[in-house]
This record gives sequence, structure tokens and C-alpha cells, in this order.
Amino acid sequence: MTRGFHRARGGRVAAKLDRDEAEILRVLAGQLIELISADAPDDDPDPLAAELGLSGLGTEGRTETPEDPVLARLFPDAYEDSGEAGEFRRFTEHGLRDGKRAAADLLITTVPDQGGTVTLDADQAQQWLRALNDMRLALGTRLGVTEEAHEEIARMPPSDPRYPGFAAYDWLSYLQDTLVNSLS
Amino acid sequence: MGTAPVEAERPESGVDVRPDHPWVTIVWNDPINLMSYVTYVFQAVFGYTKAKAEKLMLDVHQKGKAVVSAGSREEMERDVEVLHSYGLWATLRQDS
Repeated sequence: MTRGFHRARGGRVAAKLDRDEAEILRVLAGQLIELISADAPDDDPDPLAAELGLSGLGTEGRTETPEDPVLARLFPDAYEDSGEAGEFRRFTEHGLRDGKRAAADLLITTVPDQGGTVTLDADQAQQWLRALNDMRLALGTRLGVTEEAHEEIARMPPSDPRYPGFAAYDWLSYLQDTLVNSLS
Repeated sequence: MGTAPVEAERPESGVDVRPDHPWVTIVWNDPINLMSYVTYVFQAVFGYTKAKAEKLMLDVHQKGKAVVSAGSREEMERDVEVLHSYGLWATLRQDS
């Protein structure tokens, strides 16, 4: 199993991942992108605007809190008052969604195909940090984890149907923690 | 030097300009975000020292929430948006 991220030369960070670990990261990041994209009916279809980085500019998104608890956790209400929360959401959610998708995309493209060492510069490390966190938010919300997830999995028999999800969550937590520590 | 308008619109109700009641950004506890990550985000977003960031993180963890920044409504909306981009559960309100 990976020993997580450590500091590398030139202000970079690196981690050695085995083939299964690389695969888990790609799958979970892909699921995150899929979830966020499926929920984006107002995406700008104009390819030229997209190429120029102008998609979403001036477009207004929805105002309602997402029904899916995972999306509601990824894009939380900013105000207690639902009207004010809706106005804030209308103008911010599109950009937040693009940022989260871009981070997960970068993670997928930088994970070594068959496993191996991934080396990240400062910008890439920031994207990984956010993507790993969003993947944990999505998985953790779906699993209904508590702060004791790590203790819980230690007691959980591998035959428990929740075991694979909890194991992946616990491993992502470990990996993210090593990334934070290597950047601090 | 300014001059008073000849005609003025009726001021909107609900506008609170008391300078002693700024807006605040609140971060709420959640079971998923790591303590190390939350501390890191407070340092990265607000430029707080590690000691201050850790104190705020522990307030969130132990008391359920903490005020992490204060200022104008616009500034707090920016802070909340950045915190949401990092996956923290943040809200804003006017300090009472």
C-alpha cells in the first residue's frame, strides 16, 4: 500500500501508487465528474465560448438546494434564509462546479496509468487536494460516515457490504492527510 | 465634497449600516473534512498563522462552528465561495 505523499525536489510532492490504488482514484474521480455533470443542465453548449473559457459567463444557474445529499454537501447553502441562499447559488454554483470538475479531471490525467510515482507541482497539488476532498465528501456522505469512520472500519468484518466503501474512504483520508502534511 | 441630492429615493428597509454589526463567515463542523485539511485551508485562504488556524479549527470541531472572518457582505460572500471551493461547510450572516 502507498505510504502517501512526501516532499520532492523543487517544491514538488510525490507519491508512489500501486496499480489498484491508481485505478480507485480514477474511478472515484470519474464518478465525481459524472455526478456533477449530470446535475448541470444549464451548461453552455457553445463550443467557441467553452474554448475561450467563457462558458458560464453571465449565465445564471438554479436557485434551489440540490435534492441529492451529496450535491447538497458539495454545493451547500450559503445563507440560512432560502431566498438569499438561492440568489447566492444562482451566481456561484456554475463556477464552483467547473472548478471541482477541473480538479477531478487533472487528478485523472496525472494518475499514472498502471500505477507508479505521481509527482505534482504546487498548482497540481492544490487541485489534487480539492479533488481528494470532494471525493471524500461524496463517498462519505453516501456512506453516512461519522467522525469515527476509522475506528468503525477497524471493527467491521470484510464481509460487511459497507466494507469496500469504508475501506476506500479510509484510504482516501490517509492519502489526503499525507498530501496536506507534505504541503504544510 | 459631496452635496445633498435634490430628490432622494426612499431608503430600502432591511438595510443595516451599523458599523458595529459587520457580516461574518461561519464554518460548521462536519464529520468528513480532516482537521489537518481545515487548518491548512484557513492558512491558505486567510493567511492566518498556523496557531490561529489551529485554534479556529478546534473551535469548529469542539463547539460545532466558528466565525472565521468578518467584513462587508461582499467580502464575506467571496470568503464563503472560496471555502465552498475547498469543500468546507461555510455560511454568512450579519453579526447580531
